[in-house]
Amino acid sequence: MEEDLENRGGACPQLLDLIPNESDWMMAPEASGEGRGVGGLDDSEDKKLELKLGLPGGGAEEAAVLSLGFFSKASKTTTTTCAGARRGLFESAESKSEGPRQEQQAGFLQLQSRAESGNEWPHKAVWAGGKADLQQSHAAPGGAAGPNTSSQTRAAPAPVVGWPPLRSFRKNLSNSSVKPSVELQNDNVEMKQKFDNNKKGLLVKINMDGIPIGRKVDLKTYDNYEKLSLAVKELFLGLLAAQKDTPENENEEAKQAFVGLLDGSREYTLVYEDNEGDKMLVGDVPWDMFVSTVKRLRVLKSSDLAALRLGAVSRKRTATES
Amino acid sequence: MTYFPEEVVEHIFDFLGSHRDRNAVSTVCKAWYHVERFSRRNVFVGNCYAIRPERVMARFPGMKSLSVKGKPHFADYNLVPYDWGGFALPWINAAVRRCPGLEDLRLKRMVVTDDDLDLLARSFPNFRSLVLVSCEGFSTDGLAAIATYCRGLRELDLQENEVEDHGRQWLSCFHESCTSLVSLNFACLKGEVNAGVLERLVARCPNLRSLKLNRAVSVESLNEIVARAPYLVDLGTGSFAVDHHTDAYQRLMNSFSKCKSLSSLSGFWEASPHCLDAVYPVCINLTVLNMSYAPAIQADDLIKLISLCFKLQKLWVLDCIGDKGLAVVASTCKELQELRVFPSDIYGAGATSVTEEGLVAISSGCPKLNSLLYFCYQMTNAALITVAKNCPHFTRFRLCILDPWKPDPVTNQPLDEGFGAIVRSCKNLRRLSLSGLLTDQVFLYIGLYAKCLEMLSIAFAGDSDKGMVYILKGCKNLRKLEIRDCPFGDIALLNDVAKYETMRSLWMSSCDVTLGGCKALAAKMPRLNVEIINESEGSDKLEENISDLHKAEKMYVYRTVAGPRNDAPDFVWTL
Repeated sequence: MEEDLENRGGACPQLLDLIPNESDWMMAPEASGEGRGVGGLDDSEDKKLELKLGLPGGGAEEAAVLSLGFFSKASKTTTTTCAGARRGLFESAESKSEGPRQEQQAGFLQLQSRAESGNEWPHKAVWAGGKADLQQSHAAPGGAAGPNTSSQTRAAPAPVVGWPPLRSFRKNLSNSSVKPSVELQNDNVEMKQKFDNNKKGLLVKINMDGIPIGRKVDLKTYDNYEKLSLAVKELFLGLLAAQKDTPENENEEAKQAFVGLLDGSREYTLVYEDNEGDKMLVGDVPWDMFVSTVKRLRVLKSSDLAALRLGAVSRKRTATES
Repeated sequence: MTYFPEEVVEHIFDFLGSHRDRNAVSTVCKAWYHVERFSRRNVFVGNCYAIRPERVMARFPGMKSLSVKGKPHFADYNLVPYDWGGFALPWINAAVRRCPGLEDLRLKRMVVTDDDLDLLARSFPNFRSLVLVSCEGFSTDGLAAIATYCRGLRELDLQENEVEDHGRQWLSCFHESCTSLVSLNFACLKGEVNAGVLERLVARCPNLRSLKLNRAVSVESLNEIVARAPYLVDLGTGSFAVDHHTDAYQRLMNSFSKCKSLSSLSGFWEASPHCLDAVYPVCINLTVLNMSYAPAIQADDLIKLISLCFKLQKLWVLDCIGDKGLAVVASTCKELQELRVFPSDIYGAGATSVTEEGLVAISSGCPKLNSLLYFCYQMTNAALITVAKNCPHFTRFRLCILDPWKPDPVTNQPLDEGFGAIVRSCKNLRRLSLSGLLTDQVFLYIGLYAKCLEMLSIAFAGDSDKGMVYILKGCKNLRKLEIRDCPFGDIALLNDVAKYETMRSLWMSSCDVTLGGCKALAAKMPRLNVEIINESEGSDKLEENISDLHKAEKMYVYRTVAGPRNDAPDFVWTL
């Protein structure tokens, strides 16, 4: 393979010839769609990239070509999985995909930032395999790859399946604690939606037994039942204390009223009316589901629970208690 | 020895702790085989497809504790399709029929359904302990069944499983009379639990020593719990989202100061800077600290915390600790044995991350270090050589340089010499993961020096088949070999086919092995299952004229006495 590479020039079609198992590349038409989907590149952009390959100076170009070829051999099996596309046993996915692979490689090696921080590695091909060169040769197109990825916020890594070797839940850690510096092409859309939803707010009325004046609470400001329970306490504590004619901070009794709102074990229980008009106990369904179906809330005296006609499922139990 | 009565032999065997020892003595003679098999209580099956469950239960009728592993390790990184296999049901069924006295079950990387858990819960009256690690396929409904029917349950330990949330009522299924819990870990659950129920459960279990809460448990709840369980040894804190100006925070600090037995802490899912002060009173006793789920805690807070942890033996952190933080660890934690540094932002440039300097500092400060998992963006040969000299006691050394093929940034050389130094120096090395730019040379070193090596993980490394051959020839104790994206092909694969029967398994993905090579291996070695995982859509049949020259994208080979498995999905071909 090395001999082949030396004989070829840098023209785009000939670069493609470097790829072994040519017949595979010419396979199913949807393959190029897949390649496109990832990189969104066409021929002219291929050429644009191709010109930027390698370092100034002919000698290095060969090394770059060599290394690209080598890399493509090793990497043709890597998956670009923006949409979790399956990888084929037969390499059909990358007929015209010098681009995506480069892009993937650029991001993959996180050269986007590296290029900015300065390329400190010597330009010589120190090592025969040329892999070191590969990284340098991509430092240049690192910037060039930028404009090609207009559909992405930056030339962020097209993920290689299973790399880095981290469990999925670890990969998402920094997303979930809101760090503004995080730029993730996959999750950007989701994060934005989350923020948009939060802006709308979800105000529902909440009344408490024995207190004539109701309150309103914005459910979007909480993300679990505990926080809601605390909020309910804050809303009504003062009012309850006022009812009993004692100063707020000394009213332990009033505070006690709000303990155990969610499990029906104490004086008061939190219930809600859902979008079907049924009265339900708060806490049975996952929070997100609750927020999407709740219409109004009520703090009931637990002794009155039996008296009400509660909705279909008051407590979901999967196992019958013997 | 054969003249001793069986009871004496059995009593002697009681002193044999490890499975390997017991396996060894059972091959000495028939008499010992029989004594051993009737007296074995703990059974460990490293590959659920290596043997049929019925056969295991028939051999060990006195089995009380069973541990089974399913999917290959690379399944953790999404390299194995979801429905590949590893089903728990056949094992549970077999135990129901043959070992109704089962007390403990531990499953790793297996598919467990709610029905399985229900069957388990109802079938074993003495059931005490369920440990599920990296499993999937079940929901909180299954947990409800366990809670309801396992009346004497002591341990429910869920580690890093994918659990579907069907609501929070599962915890309420622990009967009021259930007071036997010693260990409860539901940190991996995404949904909420009922705080009151949780608090009451904790209050009525006086033997509770290990409790790991999930992210949804609030600080208020944590407070109640810690107040009721001051004898906890191991605590996962739940969300820990608290403003350090509040009363709640003060109360938390008070509660923690009463926990004299607390030696292991984890969680801190939503901990923010400054709120770790509450934990300071327990730092002096901590032996295990896991801050790796807390991305908002930066180096300064970590440093303040860790500089109090003189007894720390195991530390898991994110790389935002930085080299500076690792230097503090090195100067404070002289008892450190295990360190794991995870990347906090794999999409970023690693603005605050760790480099070879941090690792060198640790190696010189922590002489007892024997287990390492280190994610970084760069490493040098010089650093690795220094580390090897400072820490000859490594048993597990896993280095992940996040950019594949990355050479030593100072010399631009591959990292062969650095890893070579590690294997040369660490004579007891059992597990090794490689990364960075590596040639066949590193494999020559590994084959030459890593005589105790049992598990080797290779990615994006090597030049030729020679690399893999060095490993297979040299590593006499190799049990698990997993390779991805390396230029190893049929020549290497078929070089010594008998070797694979001495190993548990071999995984190769995105390498150069062809279908023909795999077929040849399967033909020569009938007691190996050679599985090809084919994920391309539309081609499900092996018969579809696929040339033997085509690359086998994912190949998993394992020794087995059970023959080809009958639960393989369409996309898995057993050759």
